[in-house]
Amino acid sequence: MGKITLSNVRKSFGEVDVIPSLDLSIENGEFVVFVGPSGCGKSTLLRLIAGLEDTTSGAIEIDGKDATTLPPAKRGLAMVFQSYALYPHMSVKKNILFPLKMAGMDPAEAEKRVANAAKVLNLTNYLDRRPGQLSGGQRQRVAIGRAIVREPAAFLFDEPLSNLDAALRVNMRQEISELHQTLKTTMIYVTHDQVEAMTMADKIVVLNAGRIEQVGSPLELYRAPANTFVAGFIGSPKMNLLGGAAAEQVGATTLGIRPEHIDIVEDGPWRGVVGLSEHLGSDTFLKVNVEGIGTLTVRGSGEIPQRHGDSIALRPQADKLHRFGPDGKALK
Amino acid sequence: MARKTTQTRKAVVTIAAWLIGIVIFFPILWTILMSFKSEGDAIKAPLAMLSSPWTLESYGEVQARSNYALHFWNSVVLSLGSTLLALLIAIPAAWAMAFVPGKRTKDLLMWMLSTKMMPAVGVLVPMYLMFRDLGLLDSRIGLVGVLTLINLPIVIWMLYTYFKEIPGEILEASRMDGASLRSEILYVLTPMAVPGIASTMLLNIILAWNEAFWTLQLTTSKAAPLTQFIASYSSPEGLFYAKLSAASTMAIAPILILGWFSQKQLVRGLTFGAVK
Repeated sequence: MGKITLSNVRKSFGEVDVIPSLDLSIENGEFVVFVGPSGCGKSTLLRLIAGLEDTTSGAIEIDGKDATTLPPAKRGLAMVFQSYALYPHMSVKKNILFPLKMAGMDPAEAEKRVANAAKVLNLTNYLDRRPGQLSGGQRQRVAIGRAIVREPAAFLFDEPLSNLDAALRVNMRQEISELHQTLKTTMIYVTHDQVEAMTMADKIVVLNAGRIEQVGSPLELYRAPANTFVAGFIGSPKMNLLGGAAAEQVGATTLGIRPEHIDIVEDGPWRGVVGLSEHLGSDTFLKVNVEGIGTLTVRGSGEIPQRHGDSIALRPQADKLHRFGPDGKALK
Repeated sequence: MARKTTQTRKAVVTIAAWLIGIVIFFPILWTILMSFKSEGDAIKAPLAMLSSPWTLESYGEVQARSNYALHFWNSVVLSLGSTLLALLIAIPAAWAMAFVPGKRTKDLLMWMLSTKMMPAVGVLVPMYLMFRDLGLLDSRIGLVGVLTLINLPIVIWMLYTYFKEIPGEILEASRMDGASLRSEILYVLTPMAVPGIASTMLLNIILAWNEAFWTLQLTTSKAAPLTQFIASYSSPEGLFYAKLSAASTMAIAPILILGWFSQKQLVRGLTFGAVK
């Protein structure tokens, strides 16, 4: 089991309200990603759930039981930290064994579980090494091993991949997703990287200044962002957000159009000059200075010939326009 | 960018370093040399003194005249006792300041350090009177208390800087792993802090062993450590260089040996946190 419910949870540090007031329900077995810019309160929220920070007010329930004042050790959750937080004086085996020792588990059973976890995480050959003798990816696996042996109600991940290099990050991302499919345990994952959020989550919670901007599946957020913040945050490259005449024409204060929903055409409503073209092989990203509108990012195929200084015509896909009102919220 | 080091430059620096080292060590060397001379030879001109015969006469006399064993034992009790007591108070204090700091933690640390800037002689009279009234003059218990208190700020500071280097996330991880406060201290923090605690302990033993103000003022015989033993040979009425040197050599030898064998640990402890 691993259902987590937050009701009216508030957290302030002195005068500063980091999380003003927040309600959230996480279902058993879900992979939930908290995403948002630095300082939006996503890590604080995770630490509140973990019990590493006390709530200022509100309640946290884990599997229907009030856990608001329970110490971390009693909440039945496991956490993987950004810095891995391995015990440097213990071998890999002792690191993974530690939570079981704390739980007073029968040593034979504990050894069995450690062996199993090591096998799943490809750590069998490293059990006698110290964390200092491992690579970043291996350390991260040990941290995950230490979390899974306890069979917790839920896993909490606090930006676990940010210390890894790009290639390793993609691998570990897939490994964590596979782990979730195997274990089917609730996972809460904090990241500032929207690509991680989109690729891993069943449900994304977009946070901004301690408030939830939107909750939904990755595609829901991509297709129907509730406001300009979510629209600008989800999707890579970012959605073009236009004001002025272009927006007024469609009866909105802000008009949103994703780079992949603008076609390069022979003749179209928008004309402009290519300022920058980035050829990635599979795709090309163009920054186009459009008269009367401003700079638009356009995504084209990898083969398009346009270069810096070329004049082109653009046509937005009419059914992919996002309209936002004066308060930044999406118009129906 | 690598710095160009010429052979000459290296030689000059090496010679300068050796010279400074010798100048610093010279008084100790001279004391040791003098302790192996007769009283008459010790007051001769330096070169004449060096060529005179070597003898253990001064050591014999010092042994016969005073009770070295008692003073040595007092030094051991005072330095070890005050160090253990200081650690007992400082570990929880440094712990709290490093991991659960309050608004005033930094001020508190500065205030503690500022007490070390006060000249000890400023409180000599009140301290002496208090000791007299409490019947603590010339007692080991009283002196252990004083030595603990005067070194406590340094002990807390050293442990605080050391604990600060231990990432809080590791302690949080142990809490998430189900460790109670006791297990967290016992299995995670203490093993990680052992080198820091050990070097703090060593430094404090050395400081307490060498402390010569309060130990001279507050003791006469029963609780007198080796500092008092040396002082008893520095007589205004006559020149007893050889005996004074022998007494000094016997007093500094134990701590010199301890320091020699633990210098690696000491240097690491003192420079910890300076370079990451």
